[in-house]
Amino acid sequence: MVMDKTKSKYSKENYNLKPGDFNTERKPTWCSGCGNYGIWNSLKKTFVKLYLMPHEILIVYGIGCSGNGANFIKTYAFHALHGRALPVATGAKLANHKLNVMIIGGDGDGVGIGGNHFMHTCRRNINMTYLLHNNKVYGLTTGQTAPTSDKGFKTKSTPSGVLEKPVNPVLLALASGATYVARGFSGDTSHLSEVIRKAIKHKGFSFIDVLQPCVTFNKQNTYDFYREKIYKLDEIKSYDKSDLNEAIKRSMEEEKIPIGIFYQVERPLYEDGLKQIERKPLVDHIITDIDINRLLNNYY
Amino acid sequence: MKVSNLTWKIGGEAGFGILSTGKIFSKIFAKKGYSVIDNNEYSSLIRGGHNTYTIRISSNEIFSTNKDINILVALNEETIRLHQEEVTYGGYIVYDENDCNIGDFKKARKDINYVMVPFSKIISELGAPKVMVNNVSLGASVALINYDLEILKNVIKDIFGRKGSEIVNLNIKSSELGYKYIKKKLKINVYELEIVKPVSKMLVTGNDAVFLGAVRAGCKFYAAYPMTPSSILHLFASIEDDYNIVTKHAEDEMAVINMAIGASFVGARAMVATSGGGFSLMNEGISSAAMTETPIVIVLCQRPAPATGLPTWTEQGDMLFAVHSSHGEFLRVVIAPGDPEECFYLTGEAFNLADKYQIPVIIMLDKYLSESHFSYEKFDFKNITVDRGKLLSKSKDIDGEYRRYFNTDDGISPRVVAGIKGGIHIANSDEHDEDGYSEESAHNRKIMVDKRFRKIKKLIEEIPPPKIYGPIDAEITVWSWGSCKGPILEAMNILNQKEKKVNLIHFTYLYPFDSESIEGIIEESNKNVVVENNKTSQLAKIIMMNTGYKIKNKILKYSGRQFLPEEIISGIEKIE
Repeated sequence: MVMDKTKSKYSKENYNLKPGDFNTERKPTWCSGCGNYGIWNSLKKTFVKLYLMPHEILIVYGIGCSGNGANFIKTYAFHALHGRALPVATGAKLANHKLNVMIIGGDGDGVGIGGNHFMHTCRRNINMTYLLHNNKVYGLTTGQTAPTSDKGFKTKSTPSGVLEKPVNPVLLALASGATYVARGFSGDTSHLSEVIRKAIKHKGFSFIDVLQPCVTFNKQNTYDFYREKIYKLDEIKSYDKSDLNEAIKRSMEEEKIPIGIFYQVERPLYEDGLKQIERKPLVDHIITDIDINRLLNNYY
Repeated sequence: MKVSNLTWKIGGEAGFGILSTGKIFSKIFAKKGYSVIDNNEYSSLIRGGHNTYTIRISSNEIFSTNKDINILVALNEETIRLHQEEVTYGGYIVYDENDCNIGDFKKARKDINYVMVPFSKIISELGAPKVMVNNVSLGASVALINYDLEILKNVIKDIFGRKGSEIVNLNIKSSELGYKYIKKKLKINVYELEIVKPVSKMLVTGNDAVFLGAVRAGCKFYAAYPMTPSSILHLFASIEDDYNIVTKHAEDEMAVINMAIGASFVGARAMVATSGGGFSLMNEGISSAAMTETPIVIVLCQRPAPATGLPTWTEQGDMLFAVHSSHGEFLRVVIAPGDPEECFYLTGEAFNLADKYQIPVIIMLDKYLSESHFSYEKFDFKNITVDRGKLLSKSKDIDGEYRRYFNTDDGISPRVVAGIKGGIHIANSDEHDEDGYSEESAHNRKIMVDKRFRKIKKLIEEIPPPKIYGPIDAEITVWSWGSCKGPILEAMNILNQKEKKVNLIHFTYLYPFDSESIEGIIEESNKNVVVENNKTSQLAKIIMMNTGYKIKNKILKYSGRQFLPEEIISGIEKIE
């Protein structure tokens, strides 16, 4: 079912990059112990595993601690506005569908200010991969509630505790029609790399909710908290990834937290419906002398 | 009576095909070489309400519609009640006694002629649907001016052809019956247009022209949310396969502008269009384009606001909003074409400026310009050429180590098509250094702000100054912008016949503002007046802001309707 859609021209024979080759000249500025390090390492490892070259990848970043990662991963990068990474990525992918396009953003970015884009990008099924860094708090703005914060969570903006129920990004992605929906944990990088690798190789829109402790502003959802609650879906032999109802049920579990692939099916891509990009990407067309006589004649 | 100018208006209830009827009537004159300008008025609803379509036809060059109507076709009584006053001395009202009680109206205007045509009876005898009264009225109107029935039949065939021959025949038949009714009833021709050179003219709106210009300029990605000017969205969607363009109706205007920015970032020419409300939502995106130096073309079609306002009417209320749009200080170009021809060529130019300077370019329209048809012999599309500036689309074009925001002398840094080897960088909405890395030092901030603003030197040199129409040594100088051009030119021509000596300084480029050249012109003018379709004279404000010169005389209209030349004439005549 899983189709290899990575476009790298490179293979085992002519590829010699190491994860470190995806480092930029800048050192990460995340807090020591931040979950971002685990995601960062998993991502670089995955690129190497897939023989991807830095210039073959475009990562569009949102705003937040995760978005600052634009400075630390060597690929083409667009550091977009808060909440707007998904539409930027969509435009880029439609204009050049040969690029490997990924999106990185936080929970506030993805299901708060950018929530509308999240829903619509899921239903479009464009061949890109979205990593939602979910630390259940606003870190870069020094600790306010996030849309994913647990009810009762006390923050600077909710000193008496959050009154709302948290948004469940996995459930939202499933309901909105994403064709690959997974959850990872930044404290388990080998599992996370595998989830990312499969997401990139998935033909369609792949979404990963990455549970990531914020060691500075969230003392509730810690590494220990997750380690105690997490279990792996791929360890359940009978689990059927193509069963949406089962995926929805699992996504709503709270006592124990499932990680791994909840759901994966194949559905025609948005790009498959676009005849105009069948032969080549939009950006490859020569535009210097487009004949519009045929159009002009319609006006006589 | 032989005439060189004729104005025709049809009015009726929404849902009765007033807009398509008007378009057919415009087309039959453009096809035979007459100059045509039309204007349609309708409400933001699908059924009910009052719709009109006004067409000015001339054997000479014209620039706008006018006030006096020669023939008013009333498909209901309300049309007579609302528009009888606009009918000129000796003009005609065509009506059906079945729909209109004419008695009291006749008493009010003894100087005009009332011609009864039994629209409904003709239609019911023919067994055609009621909506076809339109065609009876078209046939009757053609007969009233002794025009060519065959061309009407041909245009009806063109427009309704895809609905099948039965519908086409009924439409044609009903127009013939209207024609014959008048020919039998009136033995004289009430009007007859002077003959013109028989050159078929095209009929385009501002929206059509922007679309055509964009396709020619190589726009490959168009995104929009349905809002004025939504016909551009429909036009792009209808040809996207043939011209290798992706058209995206996105979930909201934030998505629209950011998708276009993404497409542009990887090298596709991208455009979006919206009106004030959508432009408000796009604002943060405009500054993202500015900071990342991603070219983008934004069409802003103005409607009367604030809020939803009058969503199907016209105004020029958003100029200062566009000029100062979004947070922060950054360079942009704001263009305001005066007619569809300028819409066409300036859209081509907008794409070049966006690419060459790597900045947002805003094209300002208004509902009147967006949706009114103007006739032209042709658009010479070869005059739109493509200049992508410092865009590097191949790895071999990259010279040495690539730095996306390299601090060049002219402020413009070479831009790569994302995805090529050797061009890796961050397009960063955070302030950044020459490589694109986030950088907050005071030293770097100043360098990068200056780099982005340094582009203005070359840009100002490239942008043409406002165009002067009429005698250089005129007594009164009218200052205006955008779609006011047409009504002002009409007014100017009439006033200059009486030796009033008026000229017009028309701004198509509103920003950046070239203070030096404007100061030169202002000193030469004795009496200045601004003409603007808004309440607060925004052009006068921007002139004062940039030159310190205050234009005291103002002719302003903000009723949601565009200017008519007569209103400008009376405004100018009041200037002391």
